[in-house]
Amino acid sequence: MAEVVLRNIKKSFGPVDIIKGVDIDINDKEFVVFVGPSGCGKSTLLRMIAGLESISDGELSIDGKRVNDLSPADRGIAMVFQTYALYPHMTVRDNMGFSLKLAKVPKAEIDRKVNEAARILKLDPLMDRKPKALSGGQRQRVAIGRAIVRNPKVFLFDEPLSNLDAALRVQMRIEIARMHSDFNATMIYVTHDQVEAMTMADKIVVLQGGVVEQVGSPLELYHHPANRFVAGFIGSPTMNFIDATVKAVAPEGVTVELPGGDNLTVLVVPGATKAGDKLTLGVRPEHLQEGSGDGKLTGTALVVERLGGATYAYVKLDNGTMITAEVDGNSHIRVNDPIQLGVRSQTCHLFGSDGLALAQSTRHPLADVGRGKGGH
Amino acid sequence: MTTLAPAPSAALPAKTNREVDTRPLLWPSVIVLFLWMIVPLAMTLYFSVIRYNLLNPALTGFAGLENYSFLFDDPTLWTSLWNTLVLVGSVLIITVVFGTLFAVLYNQEFPGRNIARLLVIAPFFVMPTVSALVWKNMMMHPVYGLIASLQSMVGLTPTDWFTDYPMFSVIVIVAWQWVPFAFLILLTAIQSLDSEQKEAARIDGAGPLAMFFYITLPHLSRAISVVIMIETIFLLTIFAEIYVTTSGGPGTATTNLAWLIYSVGLLQFDVGYASAGGIIAVILANVVAFFLVRTVSRNLQQG
Ligand SMILES: Nc1ncnc2c1ncn2[C@@H]1O[C@H](COP(=O)(O)OP(=O)(O)OP(=O)(O)O)[C@@H](O)[C@H]1O
Ligand SMILES: [Mg+2]
Repeated sequence: MAEVVLRNIKKSFGPVDIIKGVDIDINDKEFVVFVGPSGCGKSTLLRMIAGLESISDGELSIDGKRVNDLSPADRGIAMVFQTYALYPHMTVRDNMGFSLKLAKVPKAEIDRKVNEAARILKLDPLMDRKPKALSGGQRQRVAIGRAIVRNPKVFLFDEPLSNLDAALRVQMRIEIARMHSDFNATMIYVTHDQVEAMTMADKIVVLQGGVVEQVGSPLELYHHPANRFVAGFIGSPTMNFIDATVKAVAPEGVTVELPGGDNLTVLVVPGATKAGDKLTLGVRPEHLQEGSGDGKLTGTALVVERLGGATYAYVKLDNGTMITAEVDGNSHIRVNDPIQLGVRSQTCHLFGSDGLALAQSTRHPLADVGRGKGGH
Repeated sequence: MTTLAPAPSAALPAKTNREVDTRPLLWPSVIVLFLWMIVPLAMTLYFSVIRYNLLNPALTGFAGLENYSFLFDDPTLWTSLWNTLVLVGSVLIITVVFGTLFAVLYNQEFPGRNIARLLVIAPFFVMPTVSALVWKNMMMHPVYGLIASLQSMVGLTPTDWFTDYPMFSVIVIVAWQWVPFAFLILLTAIQSLDSEQKEAARIDGAGPLAMFFYITLPHLSRAISVVIMIETIFLLTIFAEIYVTTSGGPGTATTNLAWLIYSVGLLQFDVGYASAGGIIAVILANVVAFFLVRTVSRNLQQG
């Protein structure tokens, strides 16, 4: 049982406000991922939860208890650092048992817990080595083992996989996900990596400039981004943004004029939108196809990247806007070819001039579905 | 990168093709250094096996190991060896302990830290003779000394440090000079301690003491062994401080090996006897250096 609740958390370094009032509710056993551009304050927020950074203002509680003034060791958390931060002069065994030794746990008990963690992480043959004699992946496992041994209520990870190569990263990603289901612990995970965020998270928190832009399940953020920033940040390649003018407003949707002159009815709640408003149409590269759809865009392919299964075409529309389209891998499109792209109305997003998205008329069926386990 | 790669490999054969043997160019400096070492050593060895007393020119001739046997029978030799050991050992302990404490202390953020650091380092810039004089006349003097006046202020009888606690006084002076050295080396070492390691230890529940003993001290172990090695080599030959303050006395209370050799050779003018002592010192220094270099290099390889 370990909910983590952040209420109006703020952090300033001297006169500079880094975290500007953050509210997040993290449920028990939830896997929450913090994402955001570099310097947005992800690490700072995580370190405040860990107790390594003081909290300038606001309320942080773990497991229903206010922990603002508790020391890191007393918060019931364990942290895995990007650089592993193993103790170089201690063996793997001593590294993992250090916290228990400090807590004056009996030797036999320490051995039992350390061996248990070593077994889970397949570290048994390495127990008497120093960190220097380990590979990056093994060091990472020791760092995770050190966290497991403490049996924390909340695991904190700060970009734990970013120093590993691609193959190892995938493997460790799966191991951490497995660990999450085995331990039933709450986990908070900071990453730059889209794929890590989308695949591991029960809930993603998108941060920008020290404020929370949106909190939601991965597919909720993908299908129902709250604003232009989230829409552009989640998904790869990034969403295309095209200027559009409102032609007509009806209860079931807003009809806009596309750059080519085509009309497209987007299924969003109009709110205060009225004819003549300038909006931004958002459409993901993977939702564009060659040919026609509910509306069409025409332009010239400037760059064509063939990945085999898919082809990315970087297209300059006739009005000068640059967009990216993910077209079929078998497409014959070549550089400088004219191209016509079809847009389907149910995959489009509309953003007001304030950057906020107009709510979709219907929820995407997967937006509120968890990963199958329990209720989340 | 690939286009650049051939260039260095093409340059390499060209360099070796010059076929210039550079070793002869080293010879002058090697020869000078070798002579620099071997001539005094050979002369000392030679003097140590002849009868050679400046006060008694009539006394000449090959003495064999006579000088050495006199020396080993002389209780002063053993006293001086013991004093050398006490002096070096105590100063090492004091400088490493205080150097470490200061390094930890001055690694914290506080206003005026740079000035404080400068003050800690300052004694290192004072000449040994001058610092010994300062301690002798301004700190430990039974009449004019600062300590004496503090003592009389609280109603105590001022201590005559160099008479009552001669070895202790010399140790204090030498340690005062060498703490900055240990501090400097250990401060730079402590600054290279990874901050995430400290944070990990904090999360693991390490308080300030556990942090010091389990994280900081092991991190400093290499630097400490370097400090010990370098200081030992200098401390074995401490002379100026003794010359200025106690002149090896009272009696032989502060006579270390260096002072013994000096007093026999240049106060009693028995060059043969002093040379034998010199040879003992050379052997001692080499034994110490051998072990130190070995432990330190093992430490460096491990680290
Ligand atoms: N000790 C500090 N003093 C002053 N400013 C700091 C300090 N630590 C972090 N900052 C600032 O706080 C901001 C957020 O830093 P933080 O490390 O949380 O970013 P991040 O989101 O983790 O970025 P990245 O993805 O690059 O790791 C940055 O602008 C950084 O310069
Ligand atoms: Mg960071």
